[in-house]
Amino acid sequence: MIRARGLTRSFKVKRERVEAVRGLDIDVEPGQLVAFLGPNGAGKSTCLRMLTTLLPPTSGTATVAGCDIAADPAGVRARIGYVGQRSGAGENFRVRDELVNQGRCYGMSRAQARRRADEVLETLDLVPMARRTPSTLSGGQRRRLDIALGLVHRPPLLFLDEPTTGLDPHSRASVWEYILRLREHYGTTLFLTTHYLEEADTMAERVVVIDGGRVIADGTADRLKRDFAGDLVSVVSVEPADAVDLAAVADTAARMFGAGQVATGNGGRVEVRVPRADAALPALLRVLEGAGVTTAAAETARPTLDDVFLALTGRSLEESERAEEAAA
Amino acid sequence: MNAPASYSPTTGSAEPRPHRGGSFLHDTWTVLLREAGPTVREPVGLAFTMVQPLLFLFLFGPLLGGSGGFAGGQPPWQWFVPGVLVLLCLFGPMMAGYTLLVELLGGSLERMLVSPLNRTAMLIGRTLKESVVLAVQAVLIVALALPLGFELHPLGVLAGLALLTVFGVGLGALSFTLALASQPNGELFYGVTQMLLFPLLLLSGVLLPLDSGPAWLRAAAAVNPVAYIADAERALFAGRFAEAVVLHGALAAAAVAAAGLALGTRAMRRGV
Repeated sequence: MIRARGLTRSFKVKRERVEAVRGLDIDVEPGQLVAFLGPNGAGKSTCLRMLTTLLPPTSGTATVAGCDIAADPAGVRARIGYVGQRSGAGENFRVRDELVNQGRCYGMSRAQARRRADEVLETLDLVPMARRTPSTLSGGQRRRLDIALGLVHRPPLLFLDEPTTGLDPHSRASVWEYILRLREHYGTTLFLTTHYLEEADTMAERVVVIDGGRVIADGTADRLKRDFAGDLVSVVSVEPADAVDLAAVADTAARMFGAGQVATGNGGRVEVRVPRADAALPALLRVLEGAGVTTAAAETARPTLDDVFLALTGRSLEESERAEEAAA
Repeated sequence: MNAPASYSPTTGSAEPRPHRGGSFLHDTWTVLLREAGPTVREPVGLAFTMVQPLLFLFLFGPLLGGSGGFAGGQPPWQWFVPGVLVLLCLFGPMMAGYTLLVELLGGSLERMLVSPLNRTAMLIGRTLKESVVLAVQAVLIVALALPLGFELHPLGVLAGLALLTVFGVGLGALSFTLALASQPNGELFYGVTQMLLFPLLLLSGVLLPLDSGPAWLRAAAAVNPVAYIADAERALFAGRFAEAVVLHGALAAAAVAAAGLALGTRAMRRGV
C-alpha cells in the first residue's frame, strides 16, 4: 500500500538548512494499522505530508496506493484519505454542507455526495450536528467530523495526523473506537502519527519509532519491547538490611541472566532485565529456594514504549514532552 | 459521548469509488458552489455587500458632479459607474484571499489540497464567486444610475463585466499566492494588501480623473494595470468597442490573470 525509499525533506529556516526527514524507507501492507511514534519535531508530520502529496520530497521516491507521489499525485489523492492535525472543516460551513462539498471534490455527483454525506454522518454519530457549524461542536465531535471528511470517498488508505491530540481521555477512546471499527468493517489501511505512548502501544499492530528525521525502530510493540527494553523482574529480600541474602539473590540472577542485566536497588531490592519475565521469575525463585535464600516478595513489570525510546535514544519521550509543555 | 452506533448495511454497500477527480468544469463549479454556500445559508451578509457600492455611488458621486464637466462634459455617472465596478473588483478578490487565509490557518484548505481537485479550478472557482457578486452589484448600480442620466449599453456592460471577471480571477489568484506565502501567521498578507490596495486605487483614476494630475503621477499610473482596466471599462460602458484603450485593458487583464494562475499553481505545487 505504501512503499517509500530514501525520502528526504529539508527546509530553509533563516538561511539554514534544516533536515526534517533524513531518508525514510518504509513498506506498509494493505490492511495494516501503523503508528508513527516520536517526539514533536521528529519529522512525523513532514513524512505524512510527503506521502499525501502536500509536500514534494527533496529526494527519494514513494508509491502510495499504487501511484507514484511525484509522477501521479492526482492518482494518489484520489485513492487516499487524510485527516490533518488541524480541523478539516471550514468554520463558516455547516457540517453536512462540508461533507457534501468533500464528496464533490472527489468527483462525485451531487446525489452521490449527498448520500455519502448522510452515511458518514450516521457512521460517526454526527446526525444531530448536521446543520451546525464546526465552532459549535465539542472537541471530540470536531475530530469525528474531520474523520468523517476523510471517509466520504471511501479511501482504501487513510492517513491520520495526531488524530487524538488535545482530546480528553473519554473523547480519545471514542475516536479510537471509530478508527478501529473502520478497519474491522472495511479493511482500511491506517497510517497515523501520535506522540501518545500508550496509544501506539495498545492500538497499533505496528509501531514505527522516528527520531531526528530517521526511523530508529520498527515492529510490533511487543517485539520492540523485547528487542530493545526487556521485562523487569524485581525480588525483595525479607529484611531490607539483610546484605547477605541480597548479595546471594544478585549473584544467582547474574549467573542465570548475565551480570549486565542485574541492578541492586534500594530497600533490599534486586532488579533484573530479562526478555520474558513470566518464564524467568519461576526459574529464579526455584534456584533461590534450592540455595536456601528466602525472599519476601517478587514482581514483574512489562516495559513501556518509553523504555524502548529511552534504550534507543538515551532520552525519555515522556520527559521530553513534559519539558516541552513546561517551556510552552 | 456515546459509543459508535452499529454500522448500517447501506454504509458498506459498494458504490463504485471514483478513481480520479472530476473534470475541470466540475471542479470549478464545486469550488464556486462551496464558496457560495455560507452566503446562501446566511444571506444577511450579502445585503451589506450590496449596500457598500451604493454608498460610493451616492455619497461620492455627487461630489464629482460638483467638480464641473470633466471627461468631455459627460454626466459624471457615465464616468463614475464603471469606476465603482473596478473599485469593487479590487476589493472582492482581496476578500477572497482573506477568506482563503482563514481556511489556510485552519485546516480546510489543506484538506482540499489532498483531494484530487484541479489546482487551477481551485483558484478560479474561488474568485468566480466574487464575480457573481460583482455582476449582481453591477445590475443594482446600473439600475439605480439609469434615472440619474446613465446611458445603458447592454453589450458594453456585459463585455465590461467579462473583462473584470478575467482581471478578478488574476487578482484572486495573486491574493491566494500571497496568502500561501504568508504562513504561518498571515501578517505578510495584511501588510502587503494594505500597502498595495490604495496606491493601485489612487493611481488608477477610478475615483478622480488623472488627466489633471502632475506628470510624475501620470507616469506612475502608466505602469498600473488597474488604470488600463478602468479606461477600458469606461469605453465599454459607453458602448465603444473598437478602441485602443479596450485592447490595452484586455491585455492588462489577461496578463494579470496569466501571472496570477501561474504563480498560484506553482505555489501549490511547491507544497504547503
